[in-house]
Amino acid sequence: MSFRDYAPAPESTAILNLRPHYGLYIDGQWTEGGGGSITSISPATEKSIAEISMADSSDIDRAVLAARKSYDTVWSRMSGAERGKYLYRIARLIQERAREFAVAETLDNGKPIRETRDIDIPLVAAWFFHYAGWADKLDYAGLGPNPSALGVAGQIIPWNFPLLMLAWKVAPALAAGNTVVLKPAETTPLTALMFADICQQAGLPAGVVNIVPGHGGVAGTALVEHAGVNKIAFTGSTAVGRNIARTLAGTETRVTLELGGKGANIVFDDAAVDEAVEGIIAGIFFNQGHVCCAGSRLLVQENIQDEVVEKLTRRLATLRLGDPLDKNTDIGAVNSKAQLARITAIAETGEAEGATRWTLDCEIPSKGFWFRPTIFTNVTTSNTVARDEIFGPVLSVLSFRTPDEAIIKANNTPYGLSAGIWTQNASRMLRVADSLRAGVVWANTFNQFDPTSPFGGYKESGYGREGGRHGLAAYLANGGAR
Amino acid sequence: MSRLAIPKTYKLFIGGKFPRSESGRTTEVLSPSGKFVANVAKASRKDARDAVVAARAAWAGWSGASAYNRGQVLYRVAEMLEGRLDQFVAEIVETTGASTADARREVAAAIDCLVWHAGWTDKFAQVHGGANPVAGPFFNLSVPESTGVIALVAPSVEQSSLLGLVSSVAPALTTGNVVVVLASEHAPCAAMTFAEVLATSDIPGGVVNILSGSVAEVAPWLASHADVNAIDLTGATGEIAVECERSAAQTLMRVVRPGTFGPTESAFSRIAAFVETKTVWHTKSLA
Amino acid sequence: MEFSDRELSLRAARLYYDDGKTQDEIGDILGITRWKAGRLLALARETGIVAISIVDSADTAEVRPPNGIVVTDRSRAQGVTDSGSLRRFLHGLAAVDAIGLEERAGRLATRSIKNDSKRAALDTIIRLIDLTTLEGADTPGKVRSLVRKAILPDPSDLTAPRVAAVCVYPDMVQHAVAALGSHQGDGVTGIGVASVATAFPSGRSSLDIKLADTRYAVSQGATEIDMVIDRGAFLSGDFDTVFNEIVEVHRACGRPDGTRAHLKVICETGELRTYDNIKRASWLAILAGADFIKTSTGKVQPAATLPTTVLMLEVVRDWFNLTGERIGVKPAGGIRQSKDAIRYLVAVAEVAGDEWIDPHLFRFGASSLLNDVLLQRQKMTTGHYSGLDYVTVD
Repeated sequence: MSFRDYAPAPESTAILNLRPHYGLYIDGQWTEGGGGSITSISPATEKSIAEISMADSSDIDRAVLAARKSYDTVWSRMSGAERGKYLYRIARLIQERAREFAVAETLDNGKPIRETRDIDIPLVAAWFFHYAGWADKLDYAGLGPNPSALGVAGQIIPWNFPLLMLAWKVAPALAAGNTVVLKPAETTPLTALMFADICQQAGLPAGVVNIVPGHGGVAGTALVEHAGVNKIAFTGSTAVGRNIARTLAGTETRVTLELGGKGANIVFDDAAVDEAVEGIIAGIFFNQGHVCCAGSRLLVQENIQDEVVEKLTRRLATLRLGDPLDKNTDIGAVNSKAQLARITAIAETGEAEGATRWTLDCEIPSKGFWFRPTIFTNVTTSNTVARDEIFGPVLSVLSFRTPDEAIIKANNTPYGLSAGIWTQNASRMLRVADSLRAGVVWANTFNQFDPTSPFGGYKESGYGREGGRHGLAAYLANGGAR
Repeated sequence: MSRLAIPKTYKLFIGGKFPRSESGRTTEVLSPSGKFVANVAKASRKDARDAVVAARAAWAGWSGASAYNRGQVLYRVAEMLEGRLDQFVAEIVETTGASTADARREVAAAIDCLVWHAGWTDKFAQVHGGANPVAGPFFNLSVPESTGVIALVAPSVEQSSLLGLVSSVAPALTTGNVVVVLASEHAPCAAMTFAEVLATSDIPGGVVNILSGSVAEVAPWLASHADVNAIDLTGATGEIAVECERSAAQTLMRVVRPGTFGPTESAFSRIAAFVETKTVWHTKSLA
Repeated sequence: MEFSDRELSLRAARLYYDDGKTQDEIGDILGITRWKAGRLLALARETGIVAISIVDSADTAEVRPPNGIVVTDRSRAQGVTDSGSLRRFLHGLAAVDAIGLEERAGRLATRSIKNDSKRAALDTIIRLIDLTTLEGADTPGKVRSLVRKAILPDPSDLTAPRVAAVCVYPDMVQHAVAALGSHQGDGVTGIGVASVATAFPSGRSSLDIKLADTRYAVSQGATEIDMVIDRGAFLSGDFDTVFNEIVEVHRACGRPDGTRAHLKVICETGELRTYDNIKRASWLAILAGADFIKTSTGKVQPAATLPTTVLMLEVVRDWFNLTGERIGVKPAGGIRQSKDAIRYLVAVAEVAGDEWIDPHLFRFGASSLLNDVLLQRQKMTTGHYSGLDYVTVD
């Protein structure tokens, strides 16, 4: 028996206190939606977690009106210092219930408990803590004199980091003095609904935060098209982002979009190879590759390609795929059946187009949605797996010969969200970083996030920044592009 | 004996050269009293396409130039404009019917706008970007970079085309963007003459490309052009502006909607409208 | 001032062998006749102050060239044949990014080892311990007590395995050997006797003394030698000296019957400070003939750390992939708790591979760790928490 056959170490779900049914959280009240209900399942087991009421357009209307009323009567009249205190309360309540949120997120999303426990939830608390302090300091944000809130912010978030994306949206919006209507993703509404409890516990005035689960095509569209919304913030696919931008053309509604990516992870031949291998893995296998800023294209200098790929496959063999609640799991479940089908299809296309496929030989559970970590080598720049965002644990390996070629290949995509650089040559690192058309560049590291650090894309990866001082600009009326 | 004057042929400004429209079309410009002033080239979608190509080719050089250098070049443009102040005043008076005093104020404002922006080139990044104190052993820095090729629909101000155009172009150039600008349809002469100022300053060819012609005809082509990174619709109105914004969505082009900035507004946020913030992380350790 | 004959012999030997003086010159320096000098040198040889070994030309190593390195089979196979190639080799190694390495170690440390896996891990830890006492106050009695603990770690639970080795100073080796008796072995067949040597812990003495120290320990019955590298030479860039010392000590590990004690090379990572240095020192030690690379003496802080051990495991993994030969790793110092030791085991398994979880390839240099493991074992056996009064103090 291998030492690595660790005995199961499941995180207990006893800490959860879930309700069998969740409604919409509007104006400080739980209410039923008009859009029917769905059963939220755990993608790792396909077992149902809870029944979730779905919003229809009239529910969105109610939520926007509630947000407007609370904006007009309470939130816009409150001092920044008082607003900040609510955000501090929220940050603390999340810290206190961190484990509970981590377990719920893992259950609902399928991502490993190690990630929700060590990354997602701590960052959620950090995000609220950071923006809490901004609420009474907006004058110092360098965004012009007397910065004012926009009003009601409609926020639509994805399923890959459910609660973290909520924090990225809600914290700066509230700090800047807006009220919000937030629509979580269909497959991952649970922690957003639990967050509604936090808002209640924090004593946040009714209507400041409204949580409305729903289908994108119904509730999402209604929110985007609602005339009473002053701002739309969306994180999700480029296709949907494009529709939102088109829909909002000619309106006064401000919009920021955080969309897809096809990040290049560039490894030079002088790189710290073992750390680079870790970074490549963190870049594409973190959160099953359901990461918009994933380093999904490995660009490795040709003279070390074999060594890097060999080390990479060897290292991948030590990754543990399985029960996301097990504390030793590295790779969890794919979030949904639909996403699994999409990943499977693109991988098949890549293979058909001539790339060489390597798949980790590992057991997968009989129930749930699973995709084995996969690496494509002999990938040409025209291959689908080198161009399309896969949003799954699939890495495409391309090679380059010179730094110029690396830069050209890295930038050869309509996306521009993230990139990685691995070299010990500081001068080359800085120069390559300058040339990359990407909003976040990680040098000798990857997939690091911090509330003080602006995040967002170039080109078709969207516009606007989330995080830090820059993230406030998305929620304040100070001009600029939309 | 009086001398017969030599009238100017108003052409487009693309890639540092002054071509006629490939379409061969021109538009008559009349003075407010109805007198023929000049034929101005009427740009086609292909001229717009050529201008985007010229702009893209110039982008690496202009965005890669030092901020100090860009500042000096913009200041040089101001110098050139100052040197031709009387010419511009006369042209504005003739083509728009403005009073000499108003025309002089306009040209002076355009010069001052250029000087203001020349001063921003090497300060903007310090004010807009900075170090981020992340909770980990990382060096983390955010810097603004140019968005790339910007299409601008320049507004007119009191029927004059110079100050609106300079107010649109200068903020984009400050951070290293390159522009394709549609001059105001109203009395475009001064805007087109501004190209002569650019051509005799140190602005590299292609960094600023100026087209005269129909906004309704050309702007949508720029808004749907996949190699244009942003569009400023300050000078566009009504359905054209909406159509352009809708087209721009296809490639997630950045859009400045009409009315976001005043036609002659110089503001930090206007410079910020055309930058992309890049955040670079690097590990930090003694070991 | 009067010198004893022994002291005079030592001084004469130094002058003759180290400084290359003639017997006449020695006589002048020490104020004695050259005949007296000759007698002192003879005395030095007879009493073991000077040990002369003849190197057969068929030996793996060649005669040390001036200002060069003594080439070994390993180094030759990697193209390391002189000072220049050694330097180029070490500087050509891929760099280490400290934060990335520490993150990797941090992630390994999050593994949760429960139930059967934990039970197995605890026993494995015991089997991998070099139970150590390296105090100025060490006595035969202390060492005998340590040996009893090594053989029978938990008198209340005879299922507890024995440790891999005991680790003592050279002059204590004889007492350890005597106390072990038939329990002595190679770490797997029985308990090994490891001795630190080479002017441990600082290593600040002459090569001859380091070699004499080594030979003494081996002659006393040590089966494993834990030598220290010359960190001063390493930090000053004199890789040749560091390399040659290891080669010489490796040779000094030889026994008359042709077998030899295993050599663990202590890099003293706490003094090398940077991961790049530690990586270079690890490769250098392997090229020069190390059977094990070891982090620390335990006398310098920081001693063993998880990132440092991960780095060394990466080195031996890479060496294996390059040559098919497995080198051992020994973190030492500062590992006091079972929880920590389990993290090291996880690192061994995930970085180098299961094959390394073997007393021939991995050891913990530790003293208090054993008792903590025993407490944990007792907890798992009885179901309730144990206390320090229920394990023996040595």
